[in-house]
Amino acid sequence: MFGYFLRRILAAIPVMAVVALFVFLLLRLTPGDPAAIIAGDMATPEQLERIRVTLGLHQPIHVQFITWVQRLLSGDFGVSLLSNKPVTTLISQRLEPTISLALLTIFLTIIISVPMGVLAAWRHGSWIDNMVMSASVLGFSIPVFVIGYILIQIFALNLGLLPVQGFTSISKGVVPFLERAILPALTLASIYIALIARMTRAAMLDVLGEDYVRTARAKGLDEKIVLFRHALRNAAVPILTVIGTGFALMISGVVVTESVFNIPGLGRLTVDAILARDYPVIQGLILFTSGIYVLINLLIDLSYAFLDPRIRY
Amino acid sequence: MRHLQSIGSSVLTEGFRKYLLASTVALAALTAAPVAAQEIRAVMHSGLRVLDPIITTAHITRNHGYMIYDTLLSVDENMKPQPQMADWKVSDDQLTYTFTLRDGLKFHDGKPVIAADVVASLNRWGKRDTAGQMLMNYTESLEAKDDKTVVLKLKEPFAYVIELIAKPSAVPAFIMPARVAQTPGTEAIKEHIGSGPFRFVESEYQPGVQVVYEKFEDYVPRKEPASWTAGGKVVKVDRVVWVNTPDAQTAINALNSGEIDYIEQPQIDLLPLLTASDDVTVDALNPLGYQTMARLNFLHPPFNNPKIRRAALYALEQKPVLGALIGNPEYYSVCGSMYGCGTPLATDAGAEPILTENNTDEAKKLLKEAGYDGTPIVIMQPTDVTSVSPQPVIGAQLLRDAGFKVDLQPMDWQTLVTRRASQSAPSQGGWNMFFTNWVIPEVWNPIVNPMLNSGGPKQAWFGWPDDPKLDEMRINFAKAKTDEERKKIAADIQKHAYETVNYIPLGEYVPPSAWSDKLSGVLKSPIPTFWNITKKE
Repeated sequence: MFGYFLRRILAAIPVMAVVALFVFLLLRLTPGDPAAIIAGDMATPEQLERIRVTLGLHQPIHVQFITWVQRLLSGDFGVSLLSNKPVTTLISQRLEPTISLALLTIFLTIIISVPMGVLAAWRHGSWIDNMVMSASVLGFSIPVFVIGYILIQIFALNLGLLPVQGFTSISKGVVPFLERAILPALTLASIYIALIARMTRAAMLDVLGEDYVRTARAKGLDEKIVLFRHALRNAAVPILTVIGTGFALMISGVVVTESVFNIPGLGRLTVDAILARDYPVIQGLILFTSGIYVLINLLIDLSYAFLDPRIRY
Repeated sequence: MRHLQSIGSSVLTEGFRKYLLASTVALAALTAAPVAAQEIRAVMHSGLRVLDPIITTAHITRNHGYMIYDTLLSVDENMKPQPQMADWKVSDDQLTYTFTLRDGLKFHDGKPVIAADVVASLNRWGKRDTAGQMLMNYTESLEAKDDKTVVLKLKEPFAYVIELIAKPSAVPAFIMPARVAQTPGTEAIKEHIGSGPFRFVESEYQPGVQVVYEKFEDYVPRKEPASWTAGGKVVKVDRVVWVNTPDAQTAINALNSGEIDYIEQPQIDLLPLLTASDDVTVDALNPLGYQTMARLNFLHPPFNNPKIRRAALYALEQKPVLGALIGNPEYYSVCGSMYGCGTPLATDAGAEPILTENNTDEAKKLLKEAGYDGTPIVIMQPTDVTSVSPQPVIGAQLLRDAGFKVDLQPMDWQTLVTRRASQSAPSQGGWNMFFTNWVIPEVWNPIVNPMLNSGGPKQAWFGWPDDPKLDEMRINFAKAKTDEERKKIAADIQKHAYETVNYIPLGEYVPPSAWSDKLSGVLKSPIPTFWNITKKE
């Protein structure tokens, strides 16, 4: 397995290189000029040109690319053109809100959606199944920002139970963290609950028709054991894949939820950087999230082996 | 949390409650808990990304400048320059200006402010700011006579020295330590030390998230009451935090729930959510407001033809544009003055075409006379900035009604600011028309108004009118000796600028601010100020 792990990590290098080149070129081909943003409305063309020279934007694209890659290889992601702060500092400042929100969302998703899906499959065709399916259609269909605003209106404004917006680090206590994170996590989870409940139901329906489930039942095993130990474990591979990619998606930015709840996460950093054409920040962020994608996919692949002993690497 | 607390308290038994109260009182007496720092949490109109108030004209950076820096002179509510860090004297021949620094001025690093700092700061500002450049063109020397005295000598009389050094926008002449002010004007400063009423807390600054300021304990305010950016800047809270909140609805919810205290510019269509609250005040703090306007490109057809520019002037109308932009007539007004209405130079000279409604027939007539060949007008429409996205849509329709063929091109604001710098033909990445907004102090006289600079493709602002007559009139304005003379020249300039359609003012609006009733002493000013405000918990 270690050999497989190493091969996958090595295979990630060309992927990242292609991503780096693609992102760099794409950004330079997009209209927009960070110097114009720095200089503001009243700048003359001459002043703009001088700022471009100071930022190194006057150099040919290939020279800029080589400089960037050289710095990257020495671990230097560069400095924001606007705020002058290192890209790594900007990313690390935004990492905690994003990761903690993603983890809480995944936790809520799993504890709600998997039992929902199992229940729906177990009582296939019953009113429970219909309710789970209807709820998941709703979860898919209502836009995230609508769910966010409804939750804020009820729990923050009408009942006054929770704050409207913002983020508190878990280092300041679990309760203050949860007070601010629970509504955005529920908002984000709504889509994933819908998705994973359906996935779980479908996978469980497949498995529940298998011979070994019938055998388990015939042996007189408790239905809970049949459902959760025999059936769910075998249905877990596709469910885990969806959970893993969902987590990666959340790391790469959930802009709408972050905006509605004013959470200073990576999604907002990405959008702000794109709107301001802050090239080093965009490049750093995309490389970072590509790395996260590669890593999470690798972890998912490795976890298959634990869930399904037939899979070997 | 309020409800959780009330539910909690209702289930406590009476005896337990008494016990809890007694122990709390005893504990409080024993430990004498520190008083919580008073903090104003404010949502500003945008996030602060660039920290150098000289390199950029962004209003948020200017506002940041007024928090941590001080200015030599400032402007009061009567739009008159007043002493701030220094008093001034002018020699009889109007050629020598002597500024004397007041006592007690200190930078945030503890060092005293001396004349050399002022000279370095004015020099950097004079290289970067358009009006500052004009002042420097008239300047023979700018020197520190001693630690307290700065002497500015002119080559020839120039009446606007004091007004320009005191001007509140877009790039005020902020005073920095000389070592910081020696940074080239094209490179952002790396140290953020001023001598203003607040100190910038760099360790807590997160671009796009929050900016934190602390009261500068050693700041010595002037004795006069605060008035706009003039007078005593007395800070009455410990901290001010600018919380970046991009979603307008979220900001309003946060103000209503008491999580923030102040919104600089709440979205106007959401104002009923705030006015319905008994705990929130909604009022216009910026009495002068903004001017919205259209600029035409003089370099390419069809607007290189003066008659077609006149047709566009007649085709456009202020009320529909303002109605789409602001909606509520309480917050906008029709205004023909290029210098803003309610300013000392305000005039309607030449403004008749834009002030008269339903001029479409006149526009059609002019187009016919000019032999307009149907060349499409490329209008750039930014879709991501709400304060500039409706104008192009309404403008395009008014132009179509008058017979223009319009190519309305949606784009994000940053694409627009890059593309407007292109002098190429519209079909090759150029443009014919765009819209933007100015705060009134940025346009309130012919020297600071960027559009009236008519130096052609090399010097003029985007659109590049080449109009030597207008530039000569501006020089005469700068040399005028009396207010009457200045007013007359300003009116002549405006009349001429309307005739050539230098730009098209599309009216004024005054965006209201909103703040919690916990705050008192919020001041009216064209710049959001946080001095003089107290907060009750």
